[in-house]
Amino acid sequence: MTADLDGLATAVLDQVRAQAGPDAQATVRVEQAALALTRFADSAIHQNVADERVTVHLQLTVDGGRTATAATTRSRPGALADLVAATLAAARLRPRDPDWPGLGTPAPLTSAGSFDPATAEASPAERAAGVAAFVEAAGGLSTAGFVQTASLTTVLADTAGRHLRGATTSATGDGIARLSGADGVARAMTGRLADLDCAALGARAATKARAGVDGVPVDPGVYPVVLEAAAVTDLVAGLVSGQFNGKAVVDGTSGLRLGEQQFDPAVTLVDDPHTGVGLPFDSEGTPTGRTELVRDGVPVGLTTDRRVAAALGRTSSGHGSDVGSTWGPVAGDPALSAGAGGTVDELVAGLDRGLLVSDLWYTRAVDPKRSVWTGLTRNGVWLVEGGQVVAAVSTLRFTQSYLEALAPGAVTVGSVVEGQPTRLMGPMGHNRVAVPALRLADWNVTGNAAG
Amino acid sequence: MMSSANEIGATPAAVEAAAFDAATAAVQAALAAGARYADARVVDRRHESMTARDGDVRTLDQTASVGLGVRALVGSSWGFAALGDPAGDAEARATGARATAIARASAAVPGPPMELVGVPAVQGGWSSECLEDPFAVPLAEKAALLTGVTATMKAAGVAVAEALHQAWDTRTAFVSSEGARIGQHVVETGAGMHCLTLGDGETQRRSYPAFRGQYGTRGWELVREIDLPAHADRIAAECQELLTAPQCPSGDTTLILGGEQMSLQVHESVGHAIELDRILGWEAAFAGTSWLDLSQLGSLRFGSELMNITIDPTIPGALGSFGFDDEGTPATARDAVRDGIWVGVLAGRDSAAVAGLPYAGSVRADGWARLPMVRMTNVGLEPGPHTLEEMVAATDGGVLMEHNRSWSIDDRRLNFQFGCEIGWEVKDGQRGRMLKNPSYTGIGPRFWQSLDMLGGAAPGEWRAWGTPNCGKGQPGQVGHTGHGAAPARFSGVRVGVRG
Repeated sequence: MTADLDGLATAVLDQVRAQAGPDAQATVRVEQAALALTRFADSAIHQNVADERVTVHLQLTVDGGRTATAATTRSRPGALADLVAATLAAARLRPRDPDWPGLGTPAPLTSAGSFDPATAEASPAERAAGVAAFVEAAGGLSTAGFVQTASLTTVLADTAGRHLRGATTSATGDGIARLSGADGVARAMTGRLADLDCAALGARAATKARAGVDGVPVDPGVYPVVLEAAAVTDLVAGLVSGQFNGKAVVDGTSGLRLGEQQFDPAVTLVDDPHTGVGLPFDSEGTPTGRTELVRDGVPVGLTTDRRVAAALGRTSSGHGSDVGSTWGPVAGDPALSAGAGGTVDELVAGLDRGLLVSDLWYTRAVDPKRSVWTGLTRNGVWLVEGGQVVAAVSTLRFTQSYLEALAPGAVTVGSVVEGQPTRLMGPMGHNRVAVPALRLADWNVTGNAAG
Repeated sequence: MMSSANEIGATPAAVEAAAFDAATAAVQAALAAGARYADARVVDRRHESMTARDGDVRTLDQTASVGLGVRALVGSSWGFAALGDPAGDAEARATGARATAIARASAAVPGPPMELVGVPAVQGGWSSECLEDPFAVPLAEKAALLTGVTATMKAAGVAVAEALHQAWDTRTAFVSSEGARIGQHVVETGAGMHCLTLGDGETQRRSYPAFRGQYGTRGWELVREIDLPAHADRIAAECQELLTAPQCPSGDTTLILGGEQMSLQVHESVGHAIELDRILGWEAAFAGTSWLDLSQLGSLRFGSELMNITIDPTIPGALGSFGFDDEGTPATARDAVRDGIWVGVLAGRDSAAVAGLPYAGSVRADGWARLPMVRMTNVGLEPGPHTLEEMVAATDGGVLMEHNRSWSIDDRRLNFQFGCEIGWEVKDGQRGRMLKNPSYTGIGPRFWQSLDMLGGAAPGEWRAWGTPNCGKGQPGQVGHTGHGAAPARFSGVRVGVRG
């Protein structure tokens, strides 16, 4: 599928000028997305999908603050005229928004994105080969998961004269191996399919599953824990969505204390689309780049779009998105820096008595301000005594403040950073989080399989 | 119980002949490429959403999404290909052939032999009832409604007041290689509002009529019926009162849940648990499995004898209603739990065949670009013999909770924990003081077996609630589901779980 994205963007702006006049302000974003995902269960491919689309997004403002947005997958000339007409009609009915931040000013991009043609053109047979490698490496255990390739090319143009282009690709492998009621998991997300080692993932998942059989319950209580990378991904995702999100600060629901030693000095967190799988600009055309969120345990930054930035007296950090008005501007490629804690085994060796947790599941915020989340463990928990894993443990429920889990003196950061997929919606299917394992002093277990 | 399907009508005029032409071309191409079965859907969906905050319209978004999705079966391996806005039959045929090529690739890691449960090859159509087209209601009128209620709540002193409405108009042309040719036109509408208050290190929230709003396969008449303006002052006042209310106590007690919270309890701990793809392990790596074992279908005690759950896509106006699912199976109501015994599942043509069950009918897709998969339709709790008033009067000590605030459940759908927006102490048969941060936790079958009183006897207590954002599948899909529910009472439940 090939489409003239630049031509489509220009055609929409021409329609805006023709229908809305020279004073209208508009941003048009044309996305060409391809997503292919090969899914397996019981060690067989049971779902195998591919979709391609071109979507035209339009944000149109008239009278200096009457704004409406629209999107369509119809991209023929008549459809584009209809898109502009409908958006213009909607905008004219809107009251003027006194907080309309206007269009951004042109700024140079620092990247063109990271686009790998081989990943964009990957065939169903290549994805199936990845599945076969995972299944074979699991050594006869039942397996389930997926191999995905995705590509996104975006052209953004506006009436202020910007015309930007960026592209990116991603490849993701995510699967479990299953043995006697125990599941082991392994995940990886990269920018290139060639960098995805599905056999290594299958072998790792099988090792974890074999170690997880015959899990026993442990009593609720507060435990020191080692969270593997998959579990840390959830913790980081919770913090960037609910705490470092500038809208949460504006709304008063963030418990962040900027400039204070709120976290352990070992904690350093950034968001960097250019080392992840992000685009070089956001939905508002603001260049993306490295945003420092926590430096040595001190919160120093927030993620913002133009509206939130204006409310906070800042400039946009380049985190505008289609869902920003609802969920706020959220980091899409957060990365927790490596520490001196070593491997997972070395982190476990530092536990006198505690739990090793592979993965977290179905986590939901209970108290947004304190960032208290409840959820469950999944894909393996183990009891650790004297620095050694001594028993597999069955599924546990926790109710824990993510902010307080990273408090000064409570954190040892592992040394091995892994790229992990997060379960977010969007044209690429997943975002990427880069995190090491963590050892935390306190984790509040509030239930087990018995209730 | 199994009731007859919705009446099959003519293909709705809103579904264009060209959509059937494209779907037919795609199916023929898939067969020509070697598929033994193929079906195709051309879906044309329009969506509008408007949000308001603190008295101003904040967003107004309109989307139009049209495209073709084709499913092909080679041996026992599926392939699915989708293309946005195909330009003519040539692109439709190419998409059909691509689906077959993907199915051939699937056969590289094959599963066991599999057939499809038979369904009638219907040629006809179905339309949802819509008394007032939501897209024909002037935007200015919608804006006045949402800005008005948020201004009212803001003026009452809350920190943040938000309201929204959404509407979808979906036209589907379905063609299968077995001869089905089905047109459907479904209009869905919904609205809701909420407010936040901020205290010393805490946030409180109240919403109406449900925490995500109320939705149905209806028109704007639904929004008029829920009457947002009549409730704005009340929820704003309750939201402020919550800041100074005492904490919900911790311990085991009698729990009474309002109907809206019961709808989510049904959705999470029953609806997902009876999805056959989960039971078969097809969702093991993501959505999860189920604690239910097919060998116990027909004999397992899921809940008390008051528990009767139906799978019913024929409920007029409920959000999970349709005439045909996305495999072309006519809508049919059937039991999932009868007198507390588990008797039915949500199934598709392939999963039912694997499980040895004779029925499908619960396969749906999120638009043209996504693979149809087992999904909830309307999974609801039938009304019981009691009223909420009777439940309170019959309770010596307990807690009444309403309106969901958070939800979490494990990957087998057993261990759940829910938080609600508001609670009240129940003491000596009376509703007492307001409680903040109410929450409860439990294990599914143990919880449902403790159901000892069930509402619905009073007018308006039972309602088909709509859930517009049920997530499942990889790539992710958002489903629209319905859940009939009424207030209910449970004994010996652990409440007041805190971190």
